[in-house]
Amino acid sequence: MNPFGYTRAGDVAEAVRTAASDGAAQFIAGGTNLVDLMKERITAPSRLIDITRLPLRAVESLPDGGLKIGALVSNHDLAYHPEVVARYPLLSQAILAGASPQLRNMASTGGNLLQRTRCYYFYDAALPCNKRAPGSGCPALAGVNRIHAILGASEQCIAVHPSDMCVALAALAATVHVTGPAGSRTIEFAAFHRLPGDTPERDTNLQPGELVTAVELPRQGFAAHASYLKVRDRHSYAFALVSVAAALELEDGKIAEARLALGGVAHKPWRDPTAEDLLRGRSPDDALFARVGEHLVRDARGRGHNDFKIALVRRAVVRALQQAVAGGSQA
Amino acid sequence: MLPVMGDETCAITLKVNGATLRLQVAPWTTLLDLLRERLGLTGTKKGCDHGQCGACTVLVDGVRINSCLSLAVMRDGASVTTVEGLAEGEALHPLQQAFIDHDAFQCGYCTPGQLCSAVGLLAEGHASTDDQIRELMSGNLCRCGAYPNIVAAIGQAMRPRRSA
Repeated sequence: MNPFGYTRAGDVAEAVRTAASDGAAQFIAGGTNLVDLMKERITAPSRLIDITRLPLRAVESLPDGGLKIGALVSNHDLAYHPEVVARYPLLSQAILAGASPQLRNMASTGGNLLQRTRCYYFYDAALPCNKRAPGSGCPALAGVNRIHAILGASEQCIAVHPSDMCVALAALAATVHVTGPAGSRTIEFAAFHRLPGDTPERDTNLQPGELVTAVELPRQGFAAHASYLKVRDRHSYAFALVSVAAALELEDGKIAEARLALGGVAHKPWRDPTAEDLLRGRSPDDALFARVGEHLVRDARGRGHNDFKIALVRRAVVRALQQAVAGGSQA
Repeated sequence: MLPVMGDETCAITLKVNGATLRLQVAPWTTLLDLLRERLGLTGTKKGCDHGQCGACTVLVDGVRINSCLSLAVMRDGASVTTVEGLAEGEALHPLQQAFIDHDAFQCGYCTPGQLCSAVGLLAEGHASTDDQIRELMSGNLCRCGAYPNIVAAIGQAMRPRRSA
């Protein structure tokens, strides 16, 4: 690791002020990704602003029926929180599908949103990477790209977002609360992460100095019919090749409301409202689910080694929707 | 704490295996390096140093974490338990005894991390079946492949022992 300064923030205002005064400083909470990136010299902050003593550990029920999750709530505590287990099982399943118990004990809610891609080329400082060194090129395009994006990629970057939790948050239509030098604001989850385009160095739409303070879930939790399906090279402690968050509201045998989000396929959790439109008002059946899977990959493009992900999405979507109807978790 | 610059060290207090220590650490010192290099507690292992193998697992305030990804300065005020702190004098921790009873290791390199992780698993209380033990021990790799015996050992420590 390169040497760096250290500040322990006493309150949110101090944390944001310190970040605003030093553009090369970074916030640190769990550190599970950031410390690793610093060891690999992928990032070299001038200063770490330790936010772990800030009062952002509450999980609060809101008057409108929603749930507000403090940015420092650990992935473990969130996955097993009684309100989350009972009302948002999709979120609990997704969190427990990711990382290891030790990492979930350390990792924070806010940090999970901000983890960086695990693209091998991004992690190898000896090689070009447009995300790490803008303009240097993308070796993944013609290289080993088995884990890479099939949707929403660009000729600059085909990296994928690594989070499981964020796929569930996308399906649940969460909002992100942030505080920055210009004050506080909320960001809809779909607008939080970015597609790579010509600026793959930017993962999110956070502005300089902005700190994630909370994630808010709306009232509708799809508790009866939700499933997170994660397909990976080994059964535990591996990143998704493809994952599907499926949530349904069933009334009188029809789909009254539907949510679908994909992980492992794009630079951000992939939610396509037109696929959800196909489900709404229809009776759940496998033929319909197959059409939805087909629809989701209509613009997909494989890059060679990852071509298999296109067929995998089609089939995983069907299975995730079947599991959601049955109300169960991953078989 | 006042902010420190890139060339300064920070004063922290840590309780390590019951002993309270006042230490000066550089901000980039990991908890793992502090334990091994400064405090001589070499039971905790540096396997991958990237949070992937679990050999560095210790308990911080009773919670299992990867010490290789934890900056010591951020643990100011915490209580750390390493494998050296599990036994009570000559009396082994029930998990240590269970690992011996079930021959739950071969080379032993991953064992300190496996033990601390298993102590954390028991405290968390989310596992009751062998499948759940396997899933919730997935953060600890064993290159010798002692997994079946590790699961059996943790199962013994978790469940009241059947009479012989």
